[in-house]
Amino acid sequence: MTMQTLPRRLGVAVVMAVIVGFLSIKLDTFRDYQIAEVAIEVTAVAGLTVLTGLSGQISLGNGAFMAIGGYTTALLLLHLSWPFVAALVVSAAAAAAAGAIVGVAAARLRGPYLAGATLMLGVALPSVAYAWPGVFGGDQGLNVAFTTPAFLGATFPLTRWQAWVSAAVALISLVLLANLCYSRIGRNWRAVRDDEVAAALDGVNVAVTRILAFVVSAVCAGLAGSLLAIVTSLVAPGAFTITLSIALLTAAVIGGLGSLPGALWGSLVIVLVPTYVTDVATSHGLSSSVGSNIPIAAYGVVLILVMLVFPQGIQGGLRRLLTAFTGPDLKTRTWHDTSAAHVTPSADDAPASQHEKEGTS
Amino acid sequence: MPVVEFLQFTLSGVVFGMIYAAIALSLVLIWRGTRLLNYAQGGMAMFTTYVAIEVIYHTGSYWAGFVVALAAGVVLGAVCQLTVIRPTMNKPPLNAVIVTIGLLILLEGLAGIFFGGQYRSFPAAFSITGLRIGTTPLGVSRFDVFVVAAVLVTTLALAAAFKYTSAGLRMRAAAFNATIARLSGIRVARMLTIGWALAGLLGALAGVLVSPSTFLYPNSMDAIFVFGFTAAVIGGLDSPAGAVVGGLLLGIALSYVAGYLGSKGSDLTSLVALGILVVVLMIRPDGLFSATKVRRV
Repeated sequence: MTMQTLPRRLGVAVVMAVIVGFLSIKLDTFRDYQIAEVAIEVTAVAGLTVLTGLSGQISLGNGAFMAIGGYTTALLLLHLSWPFVAALVVSAAAAAAAGAIVGVAAARLRGPYLAGATLMLGVALPSVAYAWPGVFGGDQGLNVAFTTPAFLGATFPLTRWQAWVSAAVALISLVLLANLCYSRIGRNWRAVRDDEVAAALDGVNVAVTRILAFVVSAVCAGLAGSLLAIVTSLVAPGAFTITLSIALLTAAVIGGLGSLPGALWGSLVIVLVPTYVTDVATSHGLSSSVGSNIPIAAYGVVLILVMLVFPQGIQGGLRRLLTAFTGPDLKTRTWHDTSAAHVTPSADDAPASQHEKEGTS
Repeated sequence: MPVVEFLQFTLSGVVFGMIYAAIALSLVLIWRGTRLLNYAQGGMAMFTTYVAIEVIYHTGSYWAGFVVALAAGVVLGAVCQLTVIRPTMNKPPLNAVIVTIGLLILLEGLAGIFFGGQYRSFPAAFSITGLRIGTTPLGVSRFDVFVVAAVLVTTLALAAAFKYTSAGLRMRAAAFNATIARLSGIRVARMLTIGWALAGLLGALAGVLVSPSTFLYPNSMDAIFVFGFTAAVIGGLDSPAGAVVGGLLLGIALSYVAGYLGSKGSDLTSLVALGILVVVLMIRPDGLFSATKVRRV
């Protein structure tokens, strides 16, 4: 298995890169922007789905790591005129450092207490930008200058280049994450999630394993924040509200918690559903207060319905459809499925005690 | 005068603290019954406050709006639990969390559709001019006194109902151990619905009480919810007393920060709240009022 998985994953990444390249050339500027948006979202969501799905730690504050990545990139480009790639790497490192600090604190916390602490982190961190407007530009934020490189020629559209850069970072992150998940580190995460005592008895350092998961998810969020800075040409506290953090978790769960393809499905839902409904609402000539709020309401309905109809998320639903046609494939790796079995309470009706034990809410 | 200033900041902290406590209590009620955090609590409170403002506008009576808001809170809580929360109870716990987030977004969208997205001012039941002792202003108004009294009376009434009525005993039993409660003939599912209805009532109360000082708009309860959630976590999610203490602690601390540090302070309130939360959780990872439990590792 290990002989074939790396070439296969690289192959999937190359195919997806070709698809993105093709779409970005065929579609208009707005769609290019959406491609970049999905790529940013999927980078952050993939990190979170690993944190929550594999290591079993919830985070409602990963938007804070995105803010750290975004502001680091903006400051480096603005004051030191660094090349973007260098700024991207340093942004990821800054987010990793923050992730390590949060991870150390989080290693002691469980379930809703971790959710509360990370939620407050997501709310509090952007307010740093208001408190020190001299450095972070306050409410207005910082402008980020990003241009197409000279070798592409003067007529190459900036949005296409932004889509390419974002997609490249997203795909590289996904390949690295996929390898990490199937490595010893990934196995340790799942072991710690399923049973801390058993994992500790097997010689897994529980605290370090949990902290590492936070660092990995923070790096992904930092990369996403850095990309967001160059795609929107602006970092401002309004871009990193708690709504963003909640949208990341929502995308991870909607897509299928712990699944990297699920991160892509979830990101597509988060980015495309509101735009699609807005288009429909405008084309039916609805008044602005109704028209601008219908997408919000519809988005809420979609979240509720997906969770009720596909309890294991979209990826779980797809897998179920697939097995319905082909029958169960025993050779398929089933660690997503075991995670599903793990969090599903048994058929008897003791939701309270079961939920307390899992404690992921 | 520093003493008077200190007193003013403390009193206004108590007022906001009681509102955080009401939200925290509603979260604790649901958490104890279903092991679920209701992220839609703020959205539900926002929606019932809109119902209140419409009733006040059409009848001209504040108290009609007040009563209708509380009733709407009860109905909304029960309806939400019966329609979308109950089907998630045998699914992975995070599903229920996402459903409540979906509910929050749905309610905010519906509020925008039905009531419009603009900021609306909400009337207060009593005068909002500051009370004085002699010539010394206290920093609180007659309405603030009503806020504290209303939350206090509701909390004590709920506590008494849980302690002394047989319905309260059934609810405590259902929250303590669902299986054994069911074997004793208690309709656990109905108890959970009642829990959501009571939480809806507390949330509606918080919404009506806080809106005169924050304006009303579809996202107006978001910040209140976050601080209420923080208060519940500080206190310990299983403890109603902890919810009240956590709310007061947070309200007073944030009032000092905003008061003594001026405009810089109001930018820093959420950072200070984070600081308090982290310090409390580092010392007691399950909140101040958690029952001592054996750690698993």
